[in-house]
Amino acid sequence: MAAPKYIKGKEPHKSEYRMIFRNVDRRGWDTSIKSYIADGGYKDLKKALKMKPQEVTDEVKTSGLRGRGGAGFPTGVKWGFIPPNNKKPVYLICNCDESEPGTFKDRYIVHQDPHQLIEGMLISCYAVGAKVAYIYIREEFPEGAKILEDAIEEARKKNFLGKKILGGKFNCEIYVHRGAGAYICGEETGLIESLEGKRPYPRIKPPYFPAALGLYMCPTIVNNVESLCNVKHIIAMGGQKYAKIGTPRNTGTRILCVSGDVIRPGYFEVEVGKITMGELINDVCGGLRKGRKLKGVIPGGSSAKVLRAGEKYTIGTGESERTIGINEIPMDFDTLAACGSMAGSGGVIVMDDSRDMTWILNNINTFYAHESCGQCTPCREGSLWMKKITDRMVSGSGVPSDLKTLTSVGDNIAGRTICAFGEACAWPTQSFVAKFPEDFKKHTSRRNAGKELNPESKAAAAGLKR
Amino acid sequence: MSAASKQTEDLVNVQVDGHWIQVKRGTRMIEACKQASAEVPHYCYHPKLSSPGNCRMCLVEMGMPPRPTPGQEAELDNDGHAKISWMPRPVIACANTVAEGMGIRTQSTLAKECREGVMEFLLINHPLDCPICDQAGECTLQEYSVEHGKGESRFLENKVKKPKNVDIGPRIRLDDERCVLCSRCVRFTQEIVDDDVLGFVDRGSHNVLTIHPDKPLANNYSLNTVDICPVGALTSNDFRFKMRVWFMRETKSICNGCARGCNILISSRENKIYRQTPRENNEVNSSWMCDSGRLNYHLLESDARLTDPMMKKGKSHETVDWPQAIRRTAEGLLKYKGDEVAIIASARMTNEELYLVRVLADTLETKNVDTLKCHGEGDDYLNHKDRRPNTNGAKAILKLRSPGSRVNSIKKGIESGSIKALLVYGENIESKGFDDGVLSKLKFLVSSHILANPTAKLSDIVLPGASYAEKRGSMINATGRLQLLNKAIEPPGNSRDDWEILQDLNCAMDGKDFIYELADLFSEMASVVPVLKGFTLSGIGEKGASVIETGETIPLLEREAQRVNQGLIVG
Repeated sequence: MAAPKYIKGKEPHKSEYRMIFRNVDRRGWDTSIKSYIADGGYKDLKKALKMKPQEVTDEVKTSGLRGRGGAGFPTGVKWGFIPPNNKKPVYLICNCDESEPGTFKDRYIVHQDPHQLIEGMLISCYAVGAKVAYIYIREEFPEGAKILEDAIEEARKKNFLGKKILGGKFNCEIYVHRGAGAYICGEETGLIESLEGKRPYPRIKPPYFPAALGLYMCPTIVNNVESLCNVKHIIAMGGQKYAKIGTPRNTGTRILCVSGDVIRPGYFEVEVGKITMGELINDVCGGLRKGRKLKGVIPGGSSAKVLRAGEKYTIGTGESERTIGINEIPMDFDTLAACGSMAGSGGVIVMDDSRDMTWILNNINTFYAHESCGQCTPCREGSLWMKKITDRMVSGSGVPSDLKTLTSVGDNIAGRTICAFGEACAWPTQSFVAKFPEDFKKHTSRRNAGKELNPESKAAAAGLKR
Repeated sequence: MSAASKQTEDLVNVQVDGHWIQVKRGTRMIEACKQASAEVPHYCYHPKLSSPGNCRMCLVEMGMPPRPTPGQEAELDNDGHAKISWMPRPVIACANTVAEGMGIRTQSTLAKECREGVMEFLLINHPLDCPICDQAGECTLQEYSVEHGKGESRFLENKVKKPKNVDIGPRIRLDDERCVLCSRCVRFTQEIVDDDVLGFVDRGSHNVLTIHPDKPLANNYSLNTVDICPVGALTSNDFRFKMRVWFMRETKSICNGCARGCNILISSRENKIYRQTPRENNEVNSSWMCDSGRLNYHLLESDARLTDPMMKKGKSHETVDWPQAIRRTAEGLLKYKGDEVAIIASARMTNEELYLVRVLADTLETKNVDTLKCHGEGDDYLNHKDRRPNTNGAKAILKLRSPGSRVNSIKKGIESGSIKALLVYGENIESKGFDDGVLSKLKFLVSSHILANPTAKLSDIVLPGASYAEKRGSMINATGRLQLLNKAIEPPGNSRDDWEILQDLNCAMDGKDFIYELADLFSEMASVVPVLKGFTLSGIGEKGASVIETGETIPLLEREAQRVNQGLIVG
């Protein structure tokens, strides 16, 4: 296979390791199965079908692949949760409800390389014993859904899916299911409810762990788009070789989606943990705009706790313990967790010193108040309450007690809800208020009553004059 | 063996607020706490419905003994149980089951903070209209506010506005602002009555309960949703704004609408009934009852209610006093002997009343005794096709093999002139063909009713009786369960408890000794009616006792039992 050439202006950065995004922005590439097969596509499916399903699972376990959707749970271990003496059908669901603000990776796979996903899914279906798989794609990707449906038809014609795949005993169908525009459908049990035709109210765990009681109360594996694509590459190179990419316990590559106040925002596929936050911002993304200083970074999608420039983090244990600053954080699962945040969905949002954190939190709060499904009390009532408080703050009606109230509302949500949305909506509030109190106090002091202190609107006004 | 290691197959050791108890394996944490007298507040949890765990009010602290490393003994506490390692996150007590060695803290700082937080969240957008809310006094928001709420609000924002006074069905009104979105009503309509018309729309804090467009909540069990609504969101059109609940007296009784005999509470004040609600009995009606049974008390307030004994004078009736009515009835019946007299009794009567009818028939030496067979349409839930509450009692006491089978021969007897006197008790027999033409052939007709009707109109003497809510007694339902009827209010005017009327009549007929107490009457009856052998009136108990094996099953209970077996509900 020749090294791919990329569209001018969209060439990968030299620090990148293109594996999943190998064909994204590739010159002369299209979504047809012809392109894909010419590039060696579906060879790994053939290879997997010659293995035993358990061997495929074992390779994934050996690879150390961790889920790319947000939680970072080991994929092979998740597959192993299907009850051993299961008699019910097993389902595989590809979670393509990419909705976390700041995240835009799965959409490129779907739009530019659908067959990679289909191949990854078919191998995964074979491994877990699923004869039916669903791609749950968010409502906002209508083109993506069409591309996937076309790709599925192409693959069926070539007998990569359907009955007796490639002349063997393996049967598998993939269906594309479009969502209706709700963030909560990305939560796996909410997704399952939605797929069953109901309101996407997440289920309580226990007892409804999808691997045992998932879709139609049958064992169900829900994996992210990027995770499933990785399976194809694990089979291609073998789990052990894959595990050498990245760093120990944080193997493989990760697509980081950088947005916000950097010169060159975008998506970058890098080896997990081989690049630091500073390298990502200053090298890969071209640094901050002229005259600006880094204020904070949300490292893993809008629900991840914010990191403040200038903070010190203690990572590692025993002899390897060391203190680092924000720029030295290696972009991997474990270090970001040790720094009090998370790698999440890979959405890195960079904020410079022109930003007022109250406005940013208000923006985030507005999103979560709108997206809370409203099933359980703390999140339903708390997410809107937090939004209303920050609404008041940014419109010049903040009062001194607001900070304390905001924090305690967040505290009363996190850890007390049915699903992780509780944390997703509480963590921003908890972390922003704790780490940038001066920004918030500005809005709650009586001196500023009635004033809308928005540096962004000032900047926008200045831009208009120019 | 230490206390901790004493673990049978069915029981597990659980620590609740520091005290160890043994509960059945598979018990929900919330029920285990209840057994340990630690009430865990909750909104969405209902033992008869599935547990979505959405209200988060029952969050408690939970811990388990850590799995010991192989080869090592588990570390023990002073009390001999394995040391519990407590989880940092609270868990819901409603949907999780206990496990051996589990610890539950319902009063820890974390548990209290969780409850206070949820309470605050539930109230910030609540309209706080308790003064005009029908649920006041039986509202869990109010109750838990007292225990777990704050004295003041720190909510400075505008409340979310939602629809109010929404007509969601013929008998129910919805106030979405009061709703805590616990989904009990939704689950009831889905899981119990298969009428999936309720649901939530919109999202987040703007979520509202609503009905399916064009499909009102109109099933015959709809009012149960009002009972299980923990707040004032669903109110009954029949009851709303009529009476504050704390003024009402509750009488435990049974519904007389059909042969099911649903256990009920009759709520009354100053001799007026305001509502009837189901009373849990897992052998009869679970926690439910039908709307028609629930609302049948309005019959008692009918304008057609008979309040005085009456005698025919010419073409109309005139009021008489009881001694006169009883004497003239006895005289009228005693003119005829043996099978010249017929008695049509009713399976609406209590066992005690029926027994007195049997005594009367023995005195008159007539075999022409029967009740009516009144079958209608039953359903697949609780409603029974037999529209009479005590058919099994009538069978046992009047020794009827097939109630209603002699009615035709009685009619023929009247038409042929062989039957000259008829006593009708509690039934309008016109519907069974006893019209003017037939009844006018009789020499003497006495009847007892609570409402004026064509049979009463043709009677020589009319004896006004008491309704099911105005008397005490026992009945046997369709599944052979002996149950108690209790007096909630007094019969109106000069109408009387029927057993007393019959007792007076028997006394006037043969001059035998009086029985002064219903309990004594029951005991006498129990000594001659085999199925009642060994029972006393007070020994029946609030939930009744099975006395006849009828082989009948109750569709709704069968399904609930199945769901209990599947672990979906507690039951």
